[in-house]
Amino acid sequence: MHELSIAASIVEAVTESASAYPGARVKEVRLRVGALASVIEDSLQFCWELATEGSPVAGAKLVINMLPVILHCDACGMDSQIEGVQSFRCPRCGELAADLRQGRELEIESIELEEPDAGEAPVGAPSPVEEHL
Amino acid sequence: MTTRIVELRRGILKKNDELAAGLRQRFTSAGVLVLNLVSSPGTGKTAFLELTLRELRSRGAKAAALVGDLETDNDARRLAASGVPVRQINTHGICHLDAEMVTKHIEEWKEVSLAGLDYLFIENVGNLVCPSSYDLGERIRVALLSVTEGEDKPLKYPGLFNSSDAAVITKVDLAGPCGFDRDLALKNINEIRPGIRIFETSAKTVAGMDEWFAYLAEKAQLS
Repeated sequence: MHELSIAASIVEAVTESASAYPGARVKEVRLRVGALASVIEDSLQFCWELATEGSPVAGAKLVINMLPVILHCDACGMDSQIEGVQSFRCPRCGELAADLRQGRELEIESIELEEPDAGEAPVGAPSPVEEHL
Repeated sequence: MTTRIVELRRGILKKNDELAAGLRQRFTSAGVLVLNLVSSPGTGKTAFLELTLRELRSRGAKAAALVGDLETDNDARRLAASGVPVRQINTHGICHLDAEMVTKHIEEWKEVSLAGLDYLFIENVGNLVCPSSYDLGERIRVALLSVTEGEDKPLKYPGLFNSSDAAVITKVDLAGPCGFDRDLALKNINEIRPGIRIFETSAKTVAGMDEWFAYLAEKAQLS
């Protein structure tokens, strides 16, 4: 159960990147997670709200793009995607293949920001009307 | 309101990976072979390491160990009986060691200088999932499984076995009573990590330890 640590690392990285866009709100965070990254999608989603609470990333949606394993086969020279993570054999020729080309990714691909237009109040700032209530 | 997409393409564990790269560089320039031992709780990492440290010491090699546990220094005290420097890392609830903890403990470990070591063993927290995401700067990641755990462990935890450089089967003296299917276990390890070196050992009978020491000596020469 290290998904909470992973979620905290994401919040830290996104907060740092989003700080370059003052006034913007983080709407969405998109990840690329390999099938061998030892991260469970549901657990990460479960920890997301907890990790973002009270941070500049609070309220952002987490989109996890799970990536299958791609092996390079030395026998036939081809790169192929395998089904699942139970057998590291080239699906074309059946040989065992140790050369992993995809599957261990644990990356933030992009973030989607909502920015106020010029002259507009920062996103999330109270409107003047609310202030007087 | 405007929507903007910012491409980051950044590793989530970038900080850990950068620290691990720094550690790896330090280990390489000090000429110390560093191994990260990962298994479930109860596989026998500590007994295996105890035997390893004792034997290396009797062969005149300079070894040391960092040992990770959530709580207690029981393992460090056990390992210290082998006569080599041992330091406990308590993670207080965190299920894995990370490069920051290793960096901190190496810096605070005044009685040990990396340059004076041939081997540094890092015994990770007992867990087959989380430690596989955290690079500690090791040269060799060792996955251990005992004959009492079942032959399908590698299939259940492919993330760890696929990222390991060596696999150690422990407690082979209990293989008979457990009905351990050796061929199936070897096949499963090989399906997940084709070509990995596999050692079949017992800390009780010292079976398989000669091959393990030969492997360590061979790898240390390359350090």
